[in-house]
Amino acid sequence: MFTTKKTTRRAGRNVAFAVLLAAALSALSACSGERADSTTAGVSGETVRLQGAGATFPNPLYQKWLSEYGKINPKAKIDYQSIGSGGGIQQIQSQTIDFGASDAPMSDEDLKKAPGEILHIPTVLGAVVITYNLESVAAAPLRFSPDVIADIFLGGIKRWDDARIKADNPGVALPATDISVVHRSDGSGTTAVFTDYLAKVSPEWKTKPGAGKSVDWPVGIGGKGNEGVSGQIKQTPNTIGYVELAYAVQTKLPVALIKNKSGNFVEPSLDAVTAAAAESLATTPEDLRVSITDAAGASAYPISSYTYMLVYKEQKDAAKGKALVDFLWWGIHDGERFAKDLQYSPLPAEIVEKASAKLNSITSGGKTLRS
Amino acid sequence: MNNPPPTLPTPAAAYGAQARAWNWRRALSPTGNTGDAVFRAVLFGCALVVLLLVGAMIAAMAANSRLSLREFGFGFLTSSEWNPVTGRFGALPFIYGTVVSSLLALLISVPLSLGVAVFLVEQAPRRLSRPITFLVELLAAIPSVVYGLWGIFVLAPLLRQYVEPPLQKWFGWMPFFQGPITGIGLFTGGIILAIMITPIISAVVRDVLAAVPVTQREAALALGATRWETTRVVLANGGPGIAGAIILGLGRAIGETMAVTMVIGNRAQISASLFEPSYTIASVIANEFTEATEAIYLSALVELGLILFLVTFIINAAARLLVWSVTRATSGTARA
Repeated sequence: MFTTKKTTRRAGRNVAFAVLLAAALSALSACSGERADSTTAGVSGETVRLQGAGATFPNPLYQKWLSEYGKINPKAKIDYQSIGSGGGIQQIQSQTIDFGASDAPMSDEDLKKAPGEILHIPTVLGAVVITYNLESVAAAPLRFSPDVIADIFLGGIKRWDDARIKADNPGVALPATDISVVHRSDGSGTTAVFTDYLAKVSPEWKTKPGAGKSVDWPVGIGGKGNEGVSGQIKQTPNTIGYVELAYAVQTKLPVALIKNKSGNFVEPSLDAVTAAAAESLATTPEDLRVSITDAAGASAYPISSYTYMLVYKEQKDAAKGKALVDFLWWGIHDGERFAKDLQYSPLPAEIVEKASAKLNSITSGGKTLRS
Repeated sequence: MNNPPPTLPTPAAAYGAQARAWNWRRALSPTGNTGDAVFRAVLFGCALVVLLLVGAMIAAMAANSRLSLREFGFGFLTSSEWNPVTGRFGALPFIYGTVVSSLLALLISVPLSLGVAVFLVEQAPRRLSRPITFLVELLAAIPSVVYGLWGIFVLAPLLRQYVEPPLQKWFGWMPFFQGPITGIGLFTGGIILAIMITPIISAVVRDVLAAVPVTQREAALALGATRWETTRVVLANGGPGIAGAIILGLGRAIGETMAVTMVIGNRAQISASLFEPSYTIASVIANEFTEATEAIYLSALVELGLILFLVTFIINAAARLLVWSVTRATSGTARA
């Protein structure tokens, strides 16, 4: 009997040891970053391999581009990993990839950390929409003024029947219930665009939570990803939140009209987003790093943004550089026609022209790569 | 295993290549057998790899969190601020959320798992215990993201409509059940964790109870013990194994990321109410690591990883100490 007891004890001890190990591993698996393999150029000049990584938002479009471009130019083998904008910026800085991708433009500080000059090539436009769950007002979309949105997310406006929401929506029967705010919990370009907009329209937002990929939200609960936010909104009555336009269209969420700088309530649509970019041409700087939230113009949707590819101006390897420039050139010209089907807004013609000039300026060993 | 008596050191004169080889073998294995020596060396190597891995992880995390350690020091553990925009970081709400959600999960899961295991081993007829065992083990194999989606689309609305309102009505005088009812928060997080760790705990406890010899039960029954009293004897004998099972479940609960993130509300706050949203260390790392670009932000997230490591270690150690002291007492009475 004594021996059997001892074995049970020992079994318990072994289990506990396995636990310690499992806990240690699970604790760590969460922090391990991903690294893309560094690539090697085709020595013979035949096949060229390119590796890209970054933003998740344009990933469906980029994958479409890769498959379409592969049919035209099978010698260019290009991969894109959607690991997030932050990862894209870090990896292009450390030169482990040939091109990066980011929703928000790189900061001056980030650009300084890179070993060479990095160009921003805008590819398409995206937008962030306000979505909600209110059974009583399912018929017509709600309308919001910028200051009302900011105050809802600041916690200043707490109830749906608030006088200021009523003023934007005359004749709509708003329920006398509390507003539950849902925001993104993961760091994301969507949050960056939305908070950038709020910081522009509300001085209070600018000083307190500020703008960024993750911010210290004054109110609300966090959902992981677009699906987490929309899931909580769909399941919980009287909620309000924000998701990407493409996601809202595909999942048929109710979306609100937002009052733009010109005083019109604009429905989020692909054309209204392209309009926001076109109307912002005057304020678009030479390096194309620009925020187009709160854009002027009668038809411009105010919570819009570019998404960018990040490439070095001076390419180390001429063959790879040429393949990269050719691919991007094809993307912003021929590739734009795939954008609308996937719910992205194509670039306005003037921006395509400016981005083409950027591609023309890319060199390797002093020679331009685009012929 | 009986060791041979230790041999006396060989005279210095006999030290040749062969003698040295002999000593090498002797040092590695008490039997002096080459095969045993190699076998033992390989096993020792395996154990060493685990130690090195843990050591390397701690070292890497400590090195990568240097910036945050220097900037915030001990205040990192006591500050409740988490603001990536201004670059001020504190870990307290995350530690609180991790510990409370895991303990809540254990509180629900341990009685349930013990009940399942005791029923399967002691009471259930064979044709019932087989399919139930299979189902319980199937639960353990469901990926956590599936639990998360189920949590957000099924469990959270269910709790919001049918469970949380009566809890608030009857127990609303306690601070744990106050505040707005959203179905998302610490309570839902704890329940989903409980569901996830129950199959693990009950499966291990079942094996432990099955390993308790039948003679023990026969002896208890022969002395006139009831079924309930016999079960107590069996449980007392399986005590250390059950402790191991609970710690295994706790380990899963602390490190669980996806499912909890979906339902806990992801809000860095400390509130007595279980209905309020909360945040766990694993969740914040999973949420924010991919898009963290500033050095201090990354460093703070890595330091959170280090803290998760320490929290896991401390809770495991405490749980083991507690259960040891309890089982020592009960196994003493069971024997008497």
